[in-house]
Amino acid sequence: MQTKEPVSTGAQMNGADMLIESLRRENVDVIFGYPGGAVLPIYDKLYGSGMFHVLARHEQGGIHAAEGYARISGKPGVVIATSGPGATNIVTGLADAMIDSLPLVVFTGQVASSVIGSDAFQEADVLGITMPITKHSYQVRNISDMPRIIKEAFHIATTGRPGPVLIDIPKDMAQGDGTFNYEGEIDLPGYQPTYFPNQLQVKKLTDAVAAAKQPVILAGAGVLLSKGSEELKNYAERQNIPVINTLLGLGCFPADHPLHLGMAGMHGTYTANMAIYESDLLISIGARFDDRVTGNLKHFAPNAKIAHIDIDPAEIGKNVPTKIPIVGDAKEVLKQLLLQEGEVGDYTKWHEKLAAWKQEYPLWYQNSADVLKPQKVVELLHKYTNGDAVVTTDVGQHQMWVAQYYTFNNPDRWVTSGGLGTMGFGLPSAIGAQLANKDKTVVAVVGDGGFQMTLQELGVIRELNLPVKVVVLNNQSLGMVRQWQEIFYEERYSHSLIPNQPNLMKLAEAYDIKGLQASTEEEAHAALKEAMETDGPVLLNFFVAPKENVYPMVAPGKGLHEMVGVKP
Amino acid sequence: MKRIITATVLNRAGVLNRVTGLFTKRNFNIESISVGHTESEDVSRMTFVVNVEHDNAAEQVIKQLNKQIDVLKVQDITDQAVVSRELALMKVASTPASRNELYAVIEPFRATIIDVSRDSLIIQVTGESSKIEAMIDLLQPYGLKEVTRTGTVAVPRGTQKAAAKLSSII
Repeated sequence: MQTKEPVSTGAQMNGADMLIESLRRENVDVIFGYPGGAVLPIYDKLYGSGMFHVLARHEQGGIHAAEGYARISGKPGVVIATSGPGATNIVTGLADAMIDSLPLVVFTGQVASSVIGSDAFQEADVLGITMPITKHSYQVRNISDMPRIIKEAFHIATTGRPGPVLIDIPKDMAQGDGTFNYEGEIDLPGYQPTYFPNQLQVKKLTDAVAAAKQPVILAGAGVLLSKGSEELKNYAERQNIPVINTLLGLGCFPADHPLHLGMAGMHGTYTANMAIYESDLLISIGARFDDRVTGNLKHFAPNAKIAHIDIDPAEIGKNVPTKIPIVGDAKEVLKQLLLQEGEVGDYTKWHEKLAAWKQEYPLWYQNSADVLKPQKVVELLHKYTNGDAVVTTDVGQHQMWVAQYYTFNNPDRWVTSGGLGTMGFGLPSAIGAQLANKDKTVVAVVGDGGFQMTLQELGVIRELNLPVKVVVLNNQSLGMVRQWQEIFYEERYSHSLIPNQPNLMKLAEAYDIKGLQASTEEEAHAALKEAMETDGPVLLNFFVAPKENVYPMVAPGKGLHEMVGVKP
Repeated sequence: MKRIITATVLNRAGVLNRVTGLFTKRNFNIESISVGHTESEDVSRMTFVVNVEHDNAAEQVIKQLNKQIDVLKVQDITDQAVVSRELALMKVASTPASRNELYAVIEPFRATIIDVSRDSLIIQVTGESSKIEAMIDLLQPYGLKEVTRTGTVAVPRGTQKAAAKLSSII
């Protein structure tokens, strides 16, 4: 069936055609996927449909790319995987998107309805497996339901607290015919997210701000997801309240702003953590008090009245007792706060204290003439990208160094696996980020461990000639694991050292990608300069100090005020 | 602390799985669960009795249930005036000699005998959980062979007295 012309409601249509027509109606401009037996009918209809499809080299790469795309474009990432192993390969990405609130619409093939439950070839109970790690999921059981389900899926994925929605499609549902209707109203009586805050609570917060002596704002990814950065800046400036970011919130408030105190949490700045510890009013906006942010809850903001702004009511009061709960969209709440006549408290002493901490305890590392320091590489990366690249990372030491030293001044430049902490996320998510913003410099900063988990996606970068720069901070170890073993396990480096590394320059050559490497600061300058002047993709391998640790640090079980490594 | 929570849900495939999965994921302990159609065909009502350590946990149960797309309404009715009932079937060993005695034991509970065989009886009883527990206790010495219980179902009373604090009923 020819589907390039708009299809009229009520048309008889093949299930796979319905899927493609529905994606078109949702203005999907890229699909990340991988074909297989159960999705052959869908891929057959994709052929010649004009839809842009990116063939990942592994389904996990596909879904992480979709996450990167979603984070940067603000649109849902669309994924197709086949049944059984194709679907189980995306499980990590679903869990990652769920915990970091990224909108995805994921289609999995399924064996034909008639054989579901018979342990058929490539059958897996994907709905059962993914139920706890999706915002919602469907299995198509009637072909004519396909358009309604897809429409609902896009709605659910992108509204309220965003998240992944999965649609399982038995092969016969894609092959057979049904009636196409995409105009129906979305009818989800059990799903009505609250965007607009309760005015009484907003007023309460305004009063609390006026009464506070030591207030602080903790801004998370919710500010980015709601596109509320401008409102946050206006509000913080008007009220003269300092702002701290969570890891995922980096960039929602300019890092070089005088009111910015840095990142909170395990590897946050001393000033940010102490500000939380000593605050008398903590205003959390679009953040969820993750344990990596709070440290030991017993010592978390012991003197603070806590105001929590979140679109997900279940986050409020989950980890931290909350005095002022405000359910709503971060941007909308900030707008309402700005509409209130905000009395500005006298925070002079507070600001003096914060400034003294900033002065006394800045982030630090000791540079070395003999060995390249990873922090230096990140600082140089900032320099050679004017601090305005989109940076993606995996999880671990390199992630923390980017968070600490890249100093994000703009929103939507930062793609990282925060909640789930997924190794192998950085490279594929950079592909999605680059496709979402073709004009921006996109840099994937990864460790040598995580890089080797998804490096097959270099094939996609080559194929699409994406100008992604892949920066490997190569310490020949699983750095964060090694660091914990050094500090908490008496230097028993159990399986965290990887001296046997592939030759990344040969790897780059094998993928026909420019390879550059450096093991001194001077070489690092040259490599980064050359990489940024190169139009196409570059793989950069930086041999960095293998035993460098991330500091400062809140040890597990400790409070935010008990940071170690705050000074050289 | 036990809480009675009710949820009305859309009768969609997998909804029970979703809800019980959520209890597992969030580490909540379900004491009993009962599910059935409501007055409306495509809506079911679930009644959970959950064991939570503190109020905050009960609040989380409710919020997490509310987040489910197929869940329409969630209520913690523990502190309301409610009518709550459970049904139990009990197979008790009985000889012709002990039969009369058993009749006498169950009579005050308004339980009924719904099956008699040569060496056992099946007793049906409805009531609040505490009543069923009391009966089980009493019947134990006679040789309780099998017990099966439906779990609690509950509905708030039409009139709520302000002072009603009936959490002790479960």
